[in-house]
Parts: sequence; C-alpha cells; structure tokens
Amino acid sequence: MQESSVNEVKFLELEKKVKRENWKRMWFRFRRSKLSMVGLSIILILLLMAVFAEYIAPYPSHAGLHIAFKNAYRPPSFEHILGTDMYGRDVFSRIIFGFRYAFMMIGLVLSLVTPTGVILGLIAGYYRGTFIETVIVRLSDIFISLPPLVLALSIASILEPNIFNAMMAVSLMWWPWYVKLTYSMTVSIRNEPFILAAESQGASTLHILFRELLPIQLGTILTKVTLDAGWVILIGAAISFVGLGAQPPTPDLGTMVSEYSKYLPEYWWMSLGPAASIVLIILAFNLLGDGIRDVFAGE
Amino acid sequence: MQDDIILNVSDLKKYFNTAEGVVRAVDGVSFNIRYGETLALVGESGSGKTTTGHVIMGFYSPDDGKIIYKNRYDLSAPMKKRPLELKRDIQIVFQDPGTSLNPKRLVKDIISLPLLIHKTIDKRRIYDKVAELLEYVGLSEEFMFKYPHELGGGEKQLVAVARALAPQPSFIILDESTSALDVSSQAKVLNTLVKIQKELQLTYLLITHDLGVVRNISQRVMIMYLGKIYEEAPTEKFFKSPMHPYTQMLLSSIPTLSEEDEKIKPKGIESIGEIPSAVKPPNGCRFHTRCPFAKPVCSQRDPPDIVLDSNHIVRCWLYE
Repeated sequence: MQESSVNEVKFLELEKKVKRENWKRMWFRFRRSKLSMVGLSIILILLLMAVFAEYIAPYPSHAGLHIAFKNAYRPPSFEHILGTDMYGRDVFSRIIFGFRYAFMMIGLVLSLVTPTGVILGLIAGYYRGTFIETVIVRLSDIFISLPPLVLALSIASILEPNIFNAMMAVSLMWWPWYVKLTYSMTVSIRNEPFILAAESQGASTLHILFRELLPIQLGTILTKVTLDAGWVILIGAAISFVGLGAQPPTPDLGTMVSEYSKYLPEYWWMSLGPAASIVLIILAFNLLGDGIRDVFAGE
Repeated sequence: MQDDIILNVSDLKKYFNTAEGVVRAVDGVSFNIRYGETLALVGESGSGKTTTGHVIMGFYSPDDGKIIYKNRYDLSAPMKKRPLELKRDIQIVFQDPGTSLNPKRLVKDIISLPLLIHKTIDKRRIYDKVAELLEYVGLSEEFMFKYPHELGGGEKQLVAVARALAPQPSFIILDESTSALDVSSQAKVLNTLVKIQKELQLTYLLITHDLGVVRNISQRVMIMYLGKIYEEAPTEKFFKSPMHPYTQMLLSSIPTLSEEDEKIKPKGIESIGEIPSAVKPPNGCRFHTRCPFAKPVCSQRDPPDIVLDSNHIVRCWLYE
C-alpha cells in the first residue's frame, strides 16, 4: 500500500475548490431572481416556525384540545392576532402548529414518491424494449388512469381516516408521475454515445443508471419535487376538508379550513388564517421551483 | 489464420427492420486488419461503414457472419456478453465529442471511469494517471476539473481519445473521429492519433468519408458502397491507380486548391446521382445505376473479386 502522493493531495484540494465554485455559481444564478429568493425566504421562515412551534406560538396549548368558551369567537386583536375559534383557541397558534403537519406531509410523501418513481423510471427507460419496461410502464399507466383525488379518497375511506393514511393514499397515486418523467428523459438519452462509451468500457448497470443517466435529469426532477410540494399540501387539504384526513383536534391546515368554514361568513377570521397559509405555502414553493429551474436551465 | 491478423471479419451482415422495409446496412462484408496498421473504411453517408464499426463494438449483434478478434475471441456476441478484457482491449472514439462525453461529469471522472473498472491503477494514483493521460494527448492537467461544455471541440475530442487510451487497449475504432471538428483541431487530433499509434503500437480502424484524412494516416483503404466493399488497396495505390469506377468518381470529386493536386487527380468521371436506398438496393453491382461504364451484366450479377496483385482487390465486371 502506498501513500497518496503530493500531487494527489494537491489535486484533491483542487477538486474541492472547483466544486465549491460550482456551488457558488449555482447560488448566484438562483439569487439573481428576486421572486425565488422570496419563495426560499418564506419557506425557511415557515420551516423555522414549524420546528420551534412550541416557543413561537403565543398559546402553544391551544394546538390540541383546549376549551375556554369565555374566549370563543373573538375577532382579531392584539392578544389574538388572527382571532379565536369556537372553543376559544388562538387561531394563529394553531396555524403555526399546522405548518408542522404541512411539512411532515410534504416530507413523507415526497421522500416515498420521488425515489420510488425515479428509480423505476430509470430502470424502465434503461431496459427499453424488454419485459421490465412493459411491467413498470403499464403499472404506472394504470395508476395514472385513475382520477387521483378519487383514488386517494377511496383509499383513505377504506383505511382508518388519519393524516398518515391520507398521505399513504396520496403517495400511491403520485409515484407514477415520477416514473413518467424519468422514463421519458431516460429513453431520450439512453442511446447517446456517452452511454454507449461507458457501456463499451464495461461500466456496471448501477453506474450507468445513477452516475450517467441520473445526474442529467437531476435538475428537472428537483424542480418537479419543489413544485409538487405545494400540490401535496393542496391534496392533503382537500382530503382533510372532506373529513378523510387529519381529524380534529389535530391542527392541520386543511382540517381547520373544513372545521371553521361552517362559521362563515360571520366569523370570517377563523378560516381566513388557515386558508391564507395554504395559499402562502403553495405560492412559496412555486416561486422556489421557478428559481431551481433557472439554476439548472442556465447550465 | 495468419498470426499477424488482429481482426478477421467474414461475410458480415446486419439488417435493420424499419417502417419502409428491411434496410441492408451491411450486406456481406469481409476483411482483415493486421496488428499495428490503420485500415480506413471509406464511404458516403448510408454506406454502412459506421454500422460495421458498431457491430464490431457490439452495439448491435450481426445477422450473419463471423468476427474473430486476436484469433480467439468471437465478437459476434453482443457487448453485454463479452468478457471484461475485451471491453478493455477494444475502444472507440465517436464522431461528435459533444455527445460522447457526459455533460454532467468532470473530465477527471470521464477519464478515470475505465481506470477504475479495469483496475489499471491503484486508486490513490488516479489523479496522477489522469493528469498523465491528459498530458499525453496534449492537454494540460487543468482540464481535469472542467466540464465538457467548458472545452472546445478539439479539446473534447482529445479527452475522448484519452478516455479510449486509459485502459491500455490494442485496437481502437475511430468512428469519423475528426469529421465534426474544424480544420485546425482536426490536424491536432490527427497528429495525436498518429503519435500514440506509433508509441503504443495500436491498431486503428478508421471510419471516415474524408479522403484527406485517409491519405494522411492510413496504410490501407477499403471503399464501401451500400453495404458492400468494392475496392481494397494500399493507400498509395488507392490514390494513384484507383480501379473501381466508384473510387474514381469519389477521388475526382475532391476539391483541389493547387494545379499539382489537380494533375494527379483522376479524371473522366463526374459524380452523378445519389446513393440509392438501402431498402431496395440495385441488383448485381450496386453501383451500376450511377456507373458510366455499366454493362448489361452489371445489373444482373454481383461482380467477382478481381485480385490485381497481392494487396489490391477490386469487385467490378470491367476487369473480368
């Protein structure tokens, strides 16, 4: 075993430097667009609020089952900036805890759906023209052909209605879109000479899939993930709204809109906060997605 | 089989099924390549020369025929079924370096891939080796940490050459390797190819339509037309006394700059028409539809091999 030579160390440092510069370049391209910076800032602030909800919320105990009828139906004021609900709970505090559930939903769904869909899509595209491709593509076609919300609703209604099962249902209808995306991109670059070159030199299938095919698609996949994050919230809210998702007293944004909308229009402040928060999250993720797309499109 | 032959191709056929019918891209091609030589395979677009190279690489399996490499390997097996040592020993340099290098990988990653696969070198020496290879093809080590889009066309192609050299092959297919480059980088790449061939005793199969390149670096030439080889000769004879009317036509269509060039150029045959479709190739000699000397027999039967002398073979009824 020989020690790494002096040159080798020098080159390693050079490589690190080049990679750092590449990150800097990407950050610069992202920063150029004000709107994507706004999106990123909103998401970071909401994320911090979600993580430190106990410390930020003025009335942390109001997140769950808390009843104080003497405080009920208060309009926005200095003590309760978004008013109180029918049990006297502070709406603003509940929204902050609602962000926690929102980010949990995004994390859970996308961490299931993205790897599954991307890996299956890569495999299907790489093994184009074989049995493997047929199975994967047909299977995802079947899931795509079912109306997504109906599928999610029926699954959520068979299982016990709670936030976890709702998310499982959403994941089940979501993965085929990632298969479609990566499959079509893989097919279009599958026979490019650089893939043939790697194959003809004896590169393993794993190398071809994850080191040659995947890096080219990463930008597009990441953009879709960001844009989808907003959709997860929306679908989750829809499922909660019809009562098949999170159950009261969980401070889920969709559940809150569903509960509070019964008190419209007199007690408008109750639903205004949660509804506006849903809009805010979706908007922020869309702005961020545009920024990420620009970063990769510039290459 | 003789010992000095590295690659023996006999009666190679490759057909493709398309919507228009069966394309006979390669239709019965036989030739030998000797150790250390550069054999040029010349033809117009659609002649099947690139397909021939790709079948040898294993990108497609042949429909018929035999390809024997170094007397012991059967190359009619597709790439995936070939032993790893063949994937080390046979390399290819593609036409367009813009598509043959992965845009998302650093030059260092591109060149070190074959080193890592074939364990040519200790892992901790990878950078040194990559720098050495880059220098060997005439690039500085700074190119290591660049992405392909940061390089010029000629530089990219030199990176592709370095990648092909990395696993220490003995046979390289040059698939139109210089035709996508501008003239000055073409010269640089060609000089590098000639230099490394001499120093490493490499064997080249040069696939090209550029007769200037052929004259500069190859020892023997084969001319291909619609999936068949019509003339085979040492380079000097090929340019001095071309026998087949198609060869004469090709050579007389080279544009010349000086009067001296004009004088040595064969005369008399104007290029007429275009290469017919490979779906319905003409009967007999496939060139007869464009040949000014065509006889009745040309459209009926395949021309025989006419051996003019030890190295010069022409397939034409005119010399019967």
